[in-house]
Amino acid sequence: MHMADALLSAPVGGVMWAATAATTIYCSTKIRQSLDDRKVPLMGVLAAFVFAAQMINFTIPGTGSSGHLGGGLLLAILLGPYAAFLAIASVLVVQALFFADGGLLALGCNIFHMGFIPCFLAYPLIYKKIVGNRPTGGRLLTGSLLAAVIGLQLGAFGVVLETTLSGISELPFSTFLIMMQPIHLAIGIVEGLVTAGIVSFLWKARPEILNLAATDQPLGTLHLKPVLIILVLATIFTGGFLSWYASEHPDGLEWSMFKVTGGKGLAGPNNGVHHTLEGLQEKTALMPEYGFRKSGTADRQEKAASGQLGTSVAGLVGSLLVLFLGLLLGLLLKKRGSTGPGQPHPQA
Amino acid sequence: MSTKIDRAYYDIGRLDTLAAGDTPLHRLDPRAKLLTTMVFIFCVVSCGRYEITRLLPFFLYPAVLIGLGNLPLGYLLKKLLLVSPFVLFIGIFNPWLDRATMLQLGPLALSGGWISFFSLLLRFTLTIGAALLLIATTGFTAICMTLEKLGAPKIFTVQLLLLYRYLFILIEEAIRMMRAHALRSFSPRGRISFRVFPQMLGNLLLRTLDRAQRIHMAMLSRAFNGEIKIVRKFRFGSREVLFLGGFGGLFIVLRFTDVIELLGRLVLGTVTK
Repeated sequence: MHMADALLSAPVGGVMWAATAATTIYCSTKIRQSLDDRKVPLMGVLAAFVFAAQMINFTIPGTGSSGHLGGGLLLAILLGPYAAFLAIASVLVVQALFFADGGLLALGCNIFHMGFIPCFLAYPLIYKKIVGNRPTGGRLLTGSLLAAVIGLQLGAFGVVLETTLSGISELPFSTFLIMMQPIHLAIGIVEGLVTAGIVSFLWKARPEILNLAATDQPLGTLHLKPVLIILVLATIFTGGFLSWYASEHPDGLEWSMFKVTGGKGLAGPNNGVHHTLEGLQEKTALMPEYGFRKSGTADRQEKAASGQLGTSVAGLVGSLLVLFLGLLLGLLLKKRGSTGPGQPHPQA
Repeated sequence: MSTKIDRAYYDIGRLDTLAAGDTPLHRLDPRAKLLTTMVFIFCVVSCGRYEITRLLPFFLYPAVLIGLGNLPLGYLLKKLLLVSPFVLFIGIFNPWLDRATMLQLGPLALSGGWISFFSLLLRFTLTIGAALLLIATTGFTAICMTLEKLGAPKIFTVQLLLLYRYLFILIEEAIRMMRAHALRSFSPRGRISFRVFPQMLGNLLLRTLDRAQRIHMAMLSRAFNGEIKIVRKFRFGSREVLFLGGFGGLFIVLRFTDVIELLGRLVLGTVTK
């Protein structure tokens, strides 16, 4: 699903936009440095291809519903990570402007989920590792399937995280996660199978294209560390500090309610379905009102004080998740890096 | 047959035609319009989740743009409705989860959930509306030029322009392919099966790659050296400063003062006196 402006708060949207902008600048520099101007028309035309392909619906066997290609992984396989990122970013810009798909602020989030994750996480870490330099039918299938599924799961997780951190929707983290992940598992499987189908078609018809793309970007020269460091710092900054600011001031309505009634709000009825559901929600909420769970009734001031800390904890949890991801990535890259620079750069 | 791709083709063409209109709004420098839209979206998004009265004055901006730009309201509302399902689906959980009554209007008790849901709808309309109005008054190539002037990497803006140029060609090829498939298939609506789809796309992809090769040759024949120069005559003059400053300042003021509440107090104050 595309992230929407309506569900986004300013700090979260701003940070994702900054991350996307940084990645865009980085990719553009990389492409310019590689001096491969053959790529320029190829990127444009392939982006148009993916745009058109996304409009073609096919029926999924067994369910009767229809699906369509995402295209992120396919572009990464054909163009390499840097060019593919710019291509997908351009497709999403056109979609955001012409089809109101999400909105302009959420564009940063969407480009991150559908561009950064497939091109810099799913493709190099999963697809390339499985398929390597000599693709076979089986390896293409497994590689595409795993890369697509994991990429989409990460993307869906990103949406859930951003929505919960923004706080506009009341959906608790766990509920939203349980809704999004299975749907995107199905979407990922379909995407993986279709991508595998197209790539094996290509491999049978014109294998030199795949070989060209495969040897064009040796993994040893992939420098993700600068981008990741920016991301981690930005997330910690937003999660840790900006969320602190966000909890200080009461909402306009809360403030006026307080002035009128002297309380934060009116309590709901004490019996019936409403009461049961309220109790259920209280029990299942992971971090009620972004604060630590208080056993029993708490004083309003106490809640406010813990609320500050709680919001930062929620923000830091998100940051730690990203940090963990970054560390994992760094470890993997370190292993590749020790064998990378020694390899001679193959002639394309 | 009105499939997704036909509708998409029509949409892009329609918005393009709207953007080619000739009103004072259209003649403004695109930089002013883009920056004003960004300030607008930022101010709307930064409002708290229970804000309704603070968001309502923001509707002035879309109203003014639609009026000045001579834009079709019905068409824009229809597009808005088309993309609303996801947001509505997420938003409808708010009244279900947040049941504590927040506002008592006589016999009617509004829970916080309904208030935040309504606020969500307002945000959605305002932000998506702003994006649609931007493209309807500015046009895609002008936006690309603006991005370049505002510091986006040249390769990215070139990529956007190339995408836009070849979009129409690729969509037409895809439409032809789908129509040919529908005419040769046994299913009444020409549904594409899961097995056939990768092969169809693979075919289209091969043709696309060949086309890219031909395009590259054509560009080289015309002395393409990797750089595309974008030439457009626009100036950022006094009218643009007025537009950006006026609307931008208004949005910031609206963000920090609840105008409707002030008006309400004023009216109540004079009535009770």
